[in-house]
Amino acid sequence: MKNDSVSLTIDGKPVQVPAGTSLLLAAKANHIDIPTLCYHPELKPDGRCRLCVVEIGEAPRTRLVNSCTYPAEPGLVVATASEKVMASRRMVMELLLAQAPAAEHLKEMAADMGVYETRFPKGDPAARCILCGQCVRTCREVVGVSAISLVNRTPKKKVATPFAEQSEACIGCGSCVFICPTNTIAYTEADGIRTVWGRKFELQPCSKCGNYIAPKAQLEHWAKLTGDPVESFYTCKDCR
Amino acid sequence: MSKIEFPLVTRNLGAIDPESLEAYAAVGGYASLKRALTEMTSEAVLEAVDKSGLRGRGGGGFPTGRKWRFCREAPGEPKFIICNGSEGDPGAFLDRAVMEGDPHAIVEGMAIGAYAIGAGQGFIYVGHEYPLAATRLRQAIAQAKEKGFLGEKILGTPFSFDIQVRRGAGAYVCGEETALINFIQGTIGEPRNRPPYPPQQGLWGQPTIINNVETWANVPVIIDKGAAWFAAIGTKNSKGTKVFSVAGRVKKPGIVEVPMGTPLRQVIFDLGGGIKRDREFKAVLTSGPGGGVLPRQFLDIPVEFESFQAAGANLGSGSMVVMDEGCCMVDVARYFLEFSHDESCGKCTPCREGTKQLLKILTGITQGNGTEEDLALMEELCATMAAASLCGLGQSAVNPVLSTLKYFREEYEAHVRDKKCPALVCRPLLTYTVDPETCTGCLACLRECQVGAITGDVEEPQEIDQELCIKCGMCHAVCKFDAVKVES
Repeated sequence: MKNDSVSLTIDGKPVQVPAGTSLLLAAKANHIDIPTLCYHPELKPDGRCRLCVVEIGEAPRTRLVNSCTYPAEPGLVVATASEKVMASRRMVMELLLAQAPAAEHLKEMAADMGVYETRFPKGDPAARCILCGQCVRTCREVVGVSAISLVNRTPKKKVATPFAEQSEACIGCGSCVFICPTNTIAYTEADGIRTVWGRKFELQPCSKCGNYIAPKAQLEHWAKLTGDPVESFYTCKDCR
Repeated sequence: MSKIEFPLVTRNLGAIDPESLEAYAAVGGYASLKRALTEMTSEAVLEAVDKSGLRGRGGGGFPTGRKWRFCREAPGEPKFIICNGSEGDPGAFLDRAVMEGDPHAIVEGMAIGAYAIGAGQGFIYVGHEYPLAATRLRQAIAQAKEKGFLGEKILGTPFSFDIQVRRGAGAYVCGEETALINFIQGTIGEPRNRPPYPPQQGLWGQPTIINNVETWANVPVIIDKGAAWFAAIGTKNSKGTKVFSVAGRVKKPGIVEVPMGTPLRQVIFDLGGGIKRDREFKAVLTSGPGGGVLPRQFLDIPVEFESFQAAGANLGSGSMVVMDEGCCMVDVARYFLEFSHDESCGKCTPCREGTKQLLKILTGITQGNGTEEDLALMEELCATMAAASLCGLGQSAVNPVLSTLKYFREEYEAHVRDKKCPALVCRPLLTYTVDPETCTGCLACLRECQVGAITGDVEEPQEIDQELCIKCGMCHAVCKFDAVKVES
């Protein structure tokens, strides 16, 4: 439908996208890549990392906005790799490299942008977390349990369970671990016990093959969601 | 408190009992609300605020009428209005004075605003630091309800409106409007990405107006005196008055209200009484940690949005911290950056990591560890923070740094190049010596020195061992004869 599409210009190229499309996805649909860290297609964009900034407007009245949340507007002129954009992205990258020196993924992304070293003093050499909040959003939006949250402000900001205690709400599903782009979240699995966020979860073996399926707490969560008896989840998907 | 020259917002401060609705009514209080509800359409009220030229007093200076219209015309019911009584920056206390001294004016202003945009519920956010303001506002709301100025069918008209007070929990960033909205919703006080803007989707996703205390307190005046009367005060693009809390090295710190367009000099020297101990004026920092410093050459600019912005400062919240020759501008920048760093919510990288690194650099400079490359790096970092931070906190946290770098670069250079602090403030860069001519050998300094760096006999000149000296400054502070000299 004509009414529902928006025409704009990205990097000098006229493009048309459905109304409500973010600039990031509008660019992506037109084969223009914008680097992102806190964005994930399955999660609501949150605009945290500010790596995906683009320049909108026409000189001299232009400004930077984060493309993951900014919607395509009719007639908008967007530059995804202008000098201002690149300077900002590189600076953000340098800041992140100083924040999380142990994050390998970050180093690769930085190198792609031509940033090989940060000019800022590095913090804890073992630090990996970049506070992108993907784990928190996954736990809330996808898993639906909100066991973890971002706590404190800048000087002590971190991801944690409430009061840093073992979370009653956590089902041990490990989605936060899976989604984390920098492998920050501690997670072990041994002898039928999974440990995550300081809590031990007993794993349920498959009633047929005996392989571990998932933590009991997670299967109970599924049972609650679906209304089916929890035993109906005691067979792994291969044996079903 | 200094003499108030032109009271609109501060008209009732100290003049009436803030805990009495009768006292407020006796000076014409709630007459504007009555007029709005019984003699004017909601459109006419909005029109009046629009034509008055009132602009938001919280920092942004956005035209209030235009904001209201966005909200009124935005689809979605219910609509909400909020009074932002956060005011957490060092040196700002004007909103507190209005909330504590004239709470009914805020309640009346909000009721008029609610009528104009069609809101049924209002909230007043009061900073954690202001318990008396919260108490008085709650009391005013209860009294107004009792007298029929709030609640169901106000003054017998079909219009219903109620207000709740929400106390903050101590986070400065909750003064940022979208963080404030999140706070009221009970979620983490982090700002939201815009668009959507609050007048489109604010509290619980509904159209919401947020104005600050001073803005709301202006509203009854506009309805009472008329838009044209209000618009006749001030300058071309800045109408009405502005309230300032003047603090720092002035003789008469306090609250002043002046017509827009008043020269800055008048605010500081006439109303603020000039500089303490008649020292030299060095600069004034307006709008606290998000503002910039204005040095002497700007003393004659008019107080208004445009001229302040052109000078690299911000009319902002209305705080003025006056500095004299004894203030080190590098240290001032470091102080305000420390505040911004502590109060940054940490959501976006440029603000979170940027304030962290800027503070490290500035602290290094004040300790004599800065380099000239640091200055260039700071400017580069500030540019990214200003352009790419999510909200106003990060975008404006750089202003004290950029403005001091712009107007007092030589001070930065003295710190990084010569390792000297010209204002004799940054202790690690100072040297303490005893002048043998003036020293009486009273041993006051020797007794005070915690590290045993001072030696000498009674009634003989003392000596300070520079190797041992930790530059705490106590010898200088206790010397009654001015014999301990400080140099940099």
